[in-house]
Amino acid sequence: MGTGTSLGRVRGLGSAKEGTHHWWRQRITAGSSLFLMLWLVASILNRSSFDYVSLHGWLQSAWVAIPMALLVLSVFYHFRLGLQVVIEDYQHDETRIVALVLLNFFTVGLGAVAIFAILKIAFGASH
Amino acid sequence: MASRTPARPISPHIQVYKWGPHMLVSILHRATGGVLSTVGSVLLVWFLAALAGGEGSYATFRDVFTHDDGRLNVIGYVVGIGITLALFQHMASGVRHLVLDTGAGFELKRNKTGALATLLFSVVATAAFWLYLGMK
Ligand code: HEM
Ligand code: HEM
Repeated sequence: MGTGTSLGRVRGLGSAKEGTHHWWRQRITAGSSLFLMLWLVASILNRSSFDYVSLHGWLQSAWVAIPMALLVLSVFYHFRLGLQVVIEDYQHDETRIVALVLLNFFTVGLGAVAIFAILKIAFGASH
Repeated sequence: MASRTPARPISPHIQVYKWGPHMLVSILHRATGGVLSTVGSVLLVWFLAALAGGEGSYATFRDVFTHDDGRLNVIGYVVGIGITLALFQHMASGVRHLVLDTGAGFELKRNKTGALATLLFSVVATAAFWLYLGMK
């Protein structure tokens, strides 16, 4: 077992100073992503048409736009944590820092596009 | 690692182990997680942005994956089946992870059965998903 005082270890504050937060959030977002991805799969199976007008109208409903936004938040948080672990396992020198910074840019940048697109559809004019 | 004394014995690495389903499922969880994070998230956001951009940009998105009559083309099939298979595999092995986290399921036989069950689930769920969509 790592470094630190016994009390620090009991509190989960080892050398990383972060305890089990990362691990735990990976679990919490795994659970929320599970429900939201099942919702997405079921929604796709429930569509009768994939043309522009019907999908656009579908995403305009609050009952779709809100879970879709939650899905992006949950899944992006989940894979941001997950890919961090993968990077830490394989990258050991400065490339690790570069990769972690790029991962943050990728997640936040792509997530912003997703949320903007959802809101634009939800608040935009219908067809 | 710099701190390791060279004279110390090191543990045998993966090439000396007999492959079992648990190893396959373990590495598949990582591989599918990586594919979903990159290809999967880009596809989802591309779809959302194309739909938000209007009829023209959505048509461009759709044309990449479908023929003019609306059926999937080769790219549509490869990407569609690939991403759903990855999703269902990661979903099943992810749930298995959560079960193992409670300390359950580490007996040799149950562990092997659980690993095999995730592979079975992903193949069956992917087939069911596309057959159902195809029949509509
Ligand atoms: C559908 C429900 C899902 C469940 C139940 C789930 C479950 C999990 C769990 C429990 C872990 C932790 C594994 C570990 O500690 O080694 C994990 C890791 C990961 N997940 Fe998910 N996940 C889901 C969906 C997703 C999605 C949609 C993505 C990507 C878009 C994703 C990307 C990842 C990545 C990149 C990792 C790290 C893999 C690794 O460290 O080897 N997951 N997942
Ligand atoms: C073909 C064989 C193997 C494969 C495919 C494999 C794959 C993996 C993967 C994908 C992970 C990270 C995801 C996870 O936590 O589930 C992992 C973690 C790990 N593996 Fe392996 N591995 C193999 C063999 C071994 C062997 C032989 C050892 C030790 C002698 C080992 C020790 C570890 C350790 C210590 C971790 C970290 C666990 C943790 O962070 O909770 N692995 N392995």
